Amino acid sequence: MIDVKNLVRTFKDGPRETRVLKGINFTAKDGEFIAIMGRSGAGKSTLLYQLSLLDEPTSGEILIDGKEAHRMTEREKMLFRLAEFGYVFQDYALLPELTALENVALPLYMQGVSRVEAETKAQTALERVGLGTRLGNLPSQLSGGEQQRVSISRAIAHTPDVLFADEPTANLDRESSALVMDFFADLHKSGQTIIMVTHEEEYALFAERVVKLDDGQIVSDQKVTETSFAQRGTHS
Amino acid sequence: MSLVDIRVGLYLAMRQLRRASLWTTGLIVFVMLLTFLNLVVVTGILVGLIEGINESYRTQYTGDVILSSLATKNYIEDTPRVTAFLSTLPQVARVTERYQTGGTIEANYLTRTDSTEKPDATGAQVIGIDPVAEDAFTGLSQHIIDGQYLAADDYDQILVGNYLLAKYAFGDQPGLTPLTNVEPGTKVRLTIQGTTREVFVKGVVKSKVGLLATSIFMPATELRTLMGRTDQNVAQIAIRLVPGTDPVAFKQLLLASGIGEKAIVRTFTDSIPNGVEDIKTTFAMLGNGFSSIGLVVAAITIFIVIFINAITRRKFIGILKGIGISGTAIEISYVFQSLFYAVIGSAIGLAVLYGVLVPAVAANPIDFPFSDGILVAPVPETAVRIILLVLTTVIAGYLPSRMIVRRNTLDSILGRN
Repeated sequence: MIDVKNLVRTFKDGPRETRVLKGINFTAKDGEFIAIMGRSGAGKSTLLYQLSLLDEPTSGEILIDGKEAHRMTEREKMLFRLAEFGYVFQDYALLPELTALENVALPLYMQGVSRVEAETKAQTALERVGLGTRLGNLPSQLSGGEQQRVSISRAIAHTPDVLFADEPTANLDRESSALVMDFFADLHKSGQTIIMVTHEEEYALFAERVVKLDDGQIVSDQKVTETSFAQRGTHS
Repeated sequence: MSLVDIRVGLYLAMRQLRRASLWTTGLIVFVMLLTFLNLVVVTGILVGLIEGINESYRTQYTGDVILSSLATKNYIEDTPRVTAFLSTLPQVARVTERYQTGGTIEANYLTRTDSTEKPDATGAQVIGIDPVAEDAFTGLSQHIIDGQYLAADDYDQILVGNYLLAKYAFGDQPGLTPLTNVEPGTKVRLTIQGTTREVFVKGVVKSKVGLLATSIFMPATELRTLMGRTDQNVAQIAIRLVPGTDPVAFKQLLLASGIGEKAIVRTFTDSIPNGVEDIKTTFAMLGNGFSSIGLVVAAITIFIVIFINAITRRKFIGILKGIGISGTAIEISYVFQSLFYAVIGSAIGLAVLYGVLVPAVAANPIDFPFSDGILVAPVPETAVRIILLVLTTVIAGYLPSRMIVRRNTLDSILGRN
């Protein structure tokens, strides 16, 4: 469970200060699929970076399963991210010199998993997203949708507690976006906690809870109703 | 730093190198190769220039060990017994005996009409040799640049060092007044210890060993006559040792046998004129200085290459950190890449050095005016320079990667400054 209390993030640019998050209180329970929405500049990505320990809060607390994550050292955060979190970035963020299999296997190596086991797990993860035949391809040899699926495989190969996704469909066509969202839905069904930032309403409906931000504050936090949930089908 | 960091660092480095541009990799390795050669060859040539003097002295004059008369004598006492003893030693491959004295050679004594006219004469060291034994020992006949070498039964023939003849001298030599209009066939007057004889110049010896270039050579039998010597005691015995024999150990053996009471025993390095070793040390220092500049240039090159690589991959470095790859592993990946460039560059450099340059320069020494320069590259010193190059490169690769890796993870991912 991730519990955020009075989270503030301020950016300084010379004498000018911009308060992007203004005292956020938020809880993500295990197994939830949460979509964070908001217009551009609302602070949704900044909140995701705070929750995923990629950024330091200016003030406030981040508790992950009761641990004070905001007090962790950089190395502790790195180890935490490696073991507990998975990331799907908007632009896939694959290493260009690594094949699909190598990209997915890399975090497993870092966990100390043997090469054979890491590659087996990576292959399983890639097969799960339908890329079992593209293991040896470099990112440049894959389409955007395929690259994003590799990115998802990398994020889930080590079975993380929480999967963070930052606008995972922003660079994809509708067909690829639908594939990604269907996969997220499947993951969620199997109990995966997912926190996803999106500005697309139709994909937010795949989540069970939608948190809306505006001007650095949560303006709504609602469960997705059955009616709303049903609407996603018309989009996908 | 953990084993996992090293393993992942190596993994990342290998993948980056494997898929890097062949041209870029080739260029960096080429820079490393040039740096390695600069490190080794510049010093090697400078030291080799002096080493060439030593080698010339050894092959053309002193041999490996040389016996010369004591300061209180003009000759080595009991020379026949000394040579007989030497002939029993298995370490001795060859010897040559030399008489040695001072003399004057005069060229214009026949044409000079006025007694106030300055004689065209010069003082020189006169060396009496067994032409056959000397040639077998030093290859003196190969240094004849004009005329002919001495025959064993020559009576009134001499060889003259090129510095003593204006026609063959290399510029003006301080303290020397070379004879003019003298060449092979010219009759000159040789005066030794008050005895004068007219002799013909049979050949001109050109050597980069100054002592030979300023000496006169004649058959030992004739010189003994001129010196009025009736004994067999010579002034020098040069000894060539069987390959692999340590000259210092052999010198100790001779001293232990009592030869030190009859002659000064020197190894060829002992007999090199004072200052040559100092020049060698100075040249080595100069070479190291030039090499150090090369090393700094290589370090800056690697720094820039790795810095540009890391800065252009800053986003990926951020992503790696974001997904949990440790900064140490990322830094190690750059260290391994630098290591790769340095090791491959040095390996190719070693092959070029010992496979091409050293044998080529040994076969065709560099023609310096005072030495046949060789390329001196002893393996232990070369190994030290490789270690130096590798260490410098690794540090030069580590620093920029550390600078980039230490930046805020999110700033790197988002490309923020």
